[in-house]
Amino acid sequence: MSDQNVVAKKSFFPPDRSLYTPLNVVCGVILLVGLLLTVMRFTGGLAAVTNLDDNYPWGLWIGFDLMAGVALAAGGYTTSAACYIFGMKRFHSAVRPAILTGFLGYALVVLSLNYDVGRPWRLPYPFIVQRGTTSLLFEVAACVALYLTVLFLEYCPAALEWLGLRKLRNALVKVTMVLTIFGVVLSTLHQSSLGALFLIAPSKLHPLWYSTYIPVYFFISSIIAGLSMVIFEGTLSHKYLHEKMDETYIAEHDGLVIGFAKGASFVMAGYVIIKVIGIAVDNQWHLLATPYGLWYLVELLGFVALPCYLYAVGARDKNLKLIQWTSVIAVLGIILNRLNVCLIAFNWYLPWEKKYIPHWGEVGLTVFMLTIGVLIFKFISTKQPIFYEHPDYKGHH
Amino acid sequence: MEGIFYTLQDFMTHTKGVTYIIMVLALISITAFWRFLSDRDDD
Repeated sequence: MSDQNVVAKKSFFPPDRSLYTPLNVVCGVILLVGLLLTVMRFTGGLAAVTNLDDNYPWGLWIGFDLMAGVALAAGGYTTSAACYIFGMKRFHSAVRPAILTGFLGYALVVLSLNYDVGRPWRLPYPFIVQRGTTSLLFEVAACVALYLTVLFLEYCPAALEWLGLRKLRNALVKVTMVLTIFGVVLSTLHQSSLGALFLIAPSKLHPLWYSTYIPVYFFISSIIAGLSMVIFEGTLSHKYLHEKMDETYIAEHDGLVIGFAKGASFVMAGYVIIKVIGIAVDNQWHLLATPYGLWYLVELLGFVALPCYLYAVGARDKNLKLIQWTSVIAVLGIILNRLNVCLIAFNWYLPWEKKYIPHWGEVGLTVFMLTIGVLIFKFISTKQPIFYEHPDYKGHH
Repeated sequence: MEGIFYTLQDFMTHTKGVTYIIMVLALISITAFWRFLSDRDDD
């Protein structure tokens, strides 16, 4: 390691601090409870920690961890596509944090899936035993497995720079464009297929959420989720990991936030239009005056149209604070949409006493997954060149 | 009578008609929205 490298590393790594900070203690408690729930899940089965039944075989772990998780991890493909495919090099410094967020998001989706499926050891079956290639679930499984691999390879250069494995790092950087194209193709396929899974349940999903266009809705909303998540994650990183950022990242950050807000705003406007067209095509206008219709309007107007307008105003006025708060609304809107499709508007005709309410164990394990993600993100971004260029590789892209 | 469709033809004529009107409005609106979004880019 060169002297310059050592000096640079020291400047990024402050002296050791106490492990017993309030945040660490809270995280420690969450992890302990999560491990306890893990033991309960794998010794007592799904019934021990979930309220899943024949009406609701998919609960919080699918609705939030998987559906919302995959959508919110879309920042990886949107940012790398903007930078490498559309040539917006001014967003380059945001690619690594977005790829890392995406990689961890997908890795945790797969980890959650191991808890959710009855026999997790059969997860590789679609590739080695079953031949259900006409199944949408096969397509989702194949794409998620391949895209997780792609995200891992896209993330690897940062880890290899940290480990000093220059040759391997250079070889991976050379295939960046191939990986990016592969990532965009795979994301287009499985983001839409997650929505297409509900095409099989026209009688179960409320008509306002059910549409033959639902794969398109899921794909378009994943772009909104990806762009908003990059802004949201960047805001948090700026607050808590500011000392890890180099001048280039800080200088490019404001332009990135405004650019992504503008992009998200325009895509949201398109999303609102295709949602309205979906209602018109199925002639479902009369349902808007029902309680579910009002809830639908809350989602569409409050969590899509409103942030669309606020992003636009923020981008016009270059108001970063407004954009950052709007990204929170947009991220919540995506989570709400996935929960609506998967849980709230699903089996909408059932009486309240038969409705699904998540077990505390499901909520606990979801918080456990989120905590693991935040801790690994913090660990990696503290140790590896995520928010700064490694001194040995400046300008090597 | 109002709101009741007796044939698929009636239904498709009605919904497609409404959809085409929305599409025209949407194309005009999205263009105006893009101008609203980017008219200060040169500043």
